[in-house]
Amino acid sequence: MTVKDFVLGKTVWRESKRQTAARPRLRSLGTGDWLAAVSGVILAFAALCALFPGWIAPYSPTSMEADRVLLPPGAAHYFGTDYFGRDIFSVVVYGARDSLLIGVASVLAGGLAGCIIGAAAGIAGGVIDLILMRFIEIVMTIPGILLALAIAAVLGPNLFNMIFAVAVSMVPGFARVFRSQIISVKGRAFITAARSIGMPAPRIFFRHVLPNAWSPVLVMATIGLGTSILTAAGLSFLGLGVVKEIPDWGTLLSQGRGYLTVAWWISTFPGIAITLLVLSGNILGDWLRDRLDPKREQR
Amino acid sequence: MARAILLRAAASLMVIFGTMALVFVIVYMLPGDPVYQIVDPESVTPDVIENLRRQLGTDKPLAVQFANYMSKLMQGDFGRSILNGDPVLPKIIEHFPATLSLTVCSALFAALIGIWLGVLSAIHRNGLIDIAARTLGLFGISMPTFWTGILLILLFSIRLGWFPAMGSDGWRTLVLPSLALGIVASGFIIRLVRNSMLEVLGEPFILTLRAKGLAERMVMYRHALRNALLPALTMIGVLIGDLMAGSVVIETVFSRQGIGRIVADALTAKDMPVIQGVILFTAVMYVLVNLLVDLSYAIVDPRVRRLKSGGGRL
Repeated sequence: MTVKDFVLGKTVWRESKRQTAARPRLRSLGTGDWLAAVSGVILAFAALCALFPGWIAPYSPTSMEADRVLLPPGAAHYFGTDYFGRDIFSVVVYGARDSLLIGVASVLAGGLAGCIIGAAAGIAGGVIDLILMRFIEIVMTIPGILLALAIAAVLGPNLFNMIFAVAVSMVPGFARVFRSQIISVKGRAFITAARSIGMPAPRIFFRHVLPNAWSPVLVMATIGLGTSILTAAGLSFLGLGVVKEIPDWGTLLSQGRGYLTVAWWISTFPGIAITLLVLSGNILGDWLRDRLDPKREQR
Repeated sequence: MARAILLRAAASLMVIFGTMALVFVIVYMLPGDPVYQIVDPESVTPDVIENLRRQLGTDKPLAVQFANYMSKLMQGDFGRSILNGDPVLPKIIEHFPATLSLTVCSALFAALIGIWLGVLSAIHRNGLIDIAARTLGLFGISMPTFWTGILLILLFSIRLGWFPAMGSDGWRTLVLPSLALGIVASGFIIRLVRNSMLEVLGEPFILTLRAKGLAERMVMYRHALRNALLPALTMIGVLIGDLMAGSVVIETVFSRQGIGRIVADALTAKDMPVIQGVILFTAVMYVLVNLLVDLSYAIVDPRVRRLKSGGGRL
């Protein structure tokens, strides 16, 4: 970059825009793309179940009938029935709402909080960075599920507390990733250029730093969706879940444990549902990472 | 070198202090009176509540509570169980061996499978083995551990009857829970080893080794793997914490008498001192393991050793 470029704010802006590199290059579709597409469809279907369970579930998730207790999977009941005579397929479809809600809400909340901490540390540097990062390091010594478990145990089991507990366990990861992104972008030439033409700091941050720093966060959020669903399912499994008429997947799985020898299907299908959802999040996250980071693409 | 170790140990000590403070914040400062977690305020007289507050020390100002809490921890007093009044720390220590053996076994399993499949995956990049290993890794990190555990019980205990589904006596009870926990961790290690192997394989010294006609086996295992192992070591250090935490859930599935089991029981009884004690214990173990991992770099990687002693230059 020449001195002239420094003076011409327009050029600076153009270079910064080019650096976003988020626009995927044109190329033929590979296996990864197909897998990502399938994952997207699975996530969309889960979202559909969460929003309009009545359209998909053949039975009411709460209707219990004595004449259809512990039926194996078949044409009438795709996933079989449980010891109350509930249709497992319908319960799983209705249970998608809580599982997805907790996953999405806790990633959004935890991601936002983490990014704010990370950005503050990355931009301010010095003592503030040191203090914030030591704090994050301390939070990280407590493994995510134990942290969420302690918070959920203190606050008591309800949906909001569950989301809060899982969200807190997501904060350190986001904070660290976003901080390192901010620091690496901060040192690039186009930021120095923007500063030297007298651009105000907030404008530099939102127009130049943020567009160049957000892509790993997006990847992390996609993968984090899976992690948070797993953490929430673990909490439900341990009995810290939301006590409701329609159980979420973790609770249903835990309830089926007592019937392993007679009815394997009660625990198996909610497990498959969790796995598929988490798998989709992970595959989509990997795909996004490859797409957003051209360096990794050859691998 | 000694100075570096001391500095690193001091930093770990600070982190442990911080963790103690954080646990205090969670247990004492989040909304919700600890007393109400023990008793239902409707069903007992105010006297009982007052008494309990005095017993727990929650009637004192927060600063005094914090000072008491820290000074007790320093003396190794993790408090007493609300349920039966037993001191917490001896109980944790008594149950720790079962968890430790589970953590070590699953870490070993994860490291062996993860490194092996990661290397194979990198050697046969984009081939059938690569795809299989990556799929396995992806499934490993996507399946809930407790569900994997249940599936393993269904297959190996109920159907085949090879291993017991519960208990914590003897090596046979260790196999299934270690597998369930190890599969998750191996998923992370496969990906990491594959990536770092591919990175190392692209370096000029590998080209030199191949150019001088060294057997491919030697290039891979003697040169590439050695260089790719360092990130894997870090990863295992980080995963140890997750494995110990994962044992909370897995020990419930397999009815093992470890510290995870204590937590699960404490959860139903809302026995906060026990939960708090186990979290602190796990965090301290985690910090210590990572301190050891950091120090072991010096043994594994001569470059770090030279750097730390200030002798050579990188």
